Amino acid sequence: MTTMFTPDHEWINIEDHEAAVVGITLHAQEALGDVVFVELPTVGKTYKKGEVVGVVESVKAAADIYMPVEGEVVEVNEALRADPSLANSDPMGNGWFYKVHVTHMEQFDQLLDPPGYDALLKTL
Amino acid sequence: MSADLLRTPLYDLHVELGAKMVPFAGYEMPVNYPGGIIAEHRQCRESAALFDVSHMGQLRLIGADAAAALETLVPVDVVDLAVGKQRYALFTNSAGGILDDLMVARRANDLFVVVNATRKEADTKHLITHIGHRCQVVSMPDRALLALQGQKAVMALSRLAAGVAGLTFMTGDTFTLVGAECFVTRSGYTGEDGFEISVPADAALALARALLAQPEVKPAGLGARDTLRLEAGLCLYGHDIDERTTPVEAGLAWAIQKVRRPGGARAGHYPGADTIAAKLAGGVQFKRVGLVGLERIPVREGATLIDAHGHKIGLVTSGTLAPTVNRPIAMGYLGTNHAILNHEVYAEVRGKRQPMRVTALPFVPPGYHRG
Repeated sequence: MTTMFTPDHEWINIEDHEAAVVGITLHAQEALGDVVFVELPTVGKTYKKGEVVGVVESVKAAADIYMPVEGEVVEVNEALRADPSLANSDPMGNGWFYKVHVTHMEQFDQLLDPPGYDALLKTL
Repeated sequence: MSADLLRTPLYDLHVELGAKMVPFAGYEMPVNYPGGIIAEHRQCRESAALFDVSHMGQLRLIGADAAAALETLVPVDVVDLAVGKQRYALFTNSAGGILDDLMVARRANDLFVVVNATRKEADTKHLITHIGHRCQVVSMPDRALLALQGQKAVMALSRLAAGVAGLTFMTGDTFTLVGAECFVTRSGYTGEDGFEISVPADAALALARALLAQPEVKPAGLGARDTLRLEAGLCLYGHDIDERTTPVEAGLAWAIQKVRRPGGARAGHYPGADTIAAKLAGGVQFKRVGLVGLERIPVREGATLIDAHGHKIGLVTSGTLAPTVNRPIAMGYLGTNHAILNHEVYAEVRGKRQPMRVTALPFVPPGYHRG
């Protein structure tokens, strides 16, 4: 499995563990509605698992973005900063938030796999 | 969703249209439809949008003494309101604080009153307690309320009843729409031209479908209603105004006509009149202002406003990223010293200072049809 999910509705794709891609899920963008602003983490900074690394704001509300696994942020999506609506139109693709160098692979394995995340969504 | 929540007569239509339903004021209401808040907001500014506001309270005050009686609860001239005219009013408490804001229309045989959904039970009790002996206070749970708003609302609605085009801003009359007798006022809560339609509950669905069948009209939810009213500089009760604010701090003194002010023929004699008179004469410590963010970060309700030295000088009471203005906008209260046009202040957002500029309200020019 290369894409895993958090209970906070982030996804992380670890095809390249030195630059694993993180974004918000389809469910998250639906719940938020029109995204109008994102605050992205600082490139070069290392964050702990569960730490708040950014914010996504819709017309109605603001939500924190959490770090799914510990690691150093190596890149942020400047295109998303310029056009936050990418988080709505393509949350699993061009609407990604940042890339992280994952050092604790066991933390990745503890996240929700797609069936696990689907099961979580059914409880909401 | 909780089984205790009430539904308006248009609930099934909202679900059919794919609305996201949320609890609001005890009702299950559409916050937005699949197009999203920004698209619905633009639809209203550029064409016409249909809102279900049936959760709001509709009341009739019946009796020859109704207008004079209502004047004992509001600082507003109701007695001189001509038949067919509508006016904005405020219930005040003994300290001059605002208990609710409302719309009053004079009809041939009654006063037609619309109050906020969150306050309708309290307002009804307030009316019965204080003026129930002078006029009949009649709730109208058998009526739905639709708002058709936008510059093209008149085109759409006049296909159902040509006469509505003859109304001007803040006037109303009875029209037959899709076979049902409706009371239509040319008013609303978006800053645009438009109408609010009080319709028998059992005719609401047919009317909503007839309006949505017009090429100018699409449905819009409470989310867009909120961003539209904020751009229009209109207060939301419980947020921008409440019992802690009098009409003077709130910048709503324009709603107090001369005849109800000190020296006027029917001055005072409403709750808190002395306090409000003193503030009208002597000024206030805080004032409601408009604020525009100088950066992109939305500044929301509850954000503290500070000066360049970090001293607290006010509070944001409503805020969002405005779809039409495409910038963060907010309303809030500032110490009078700082409530000066173009004055720069800071809002604290997640521990950081966001510069904002005090701006004239409304944020967008109103589209009212004054005739």
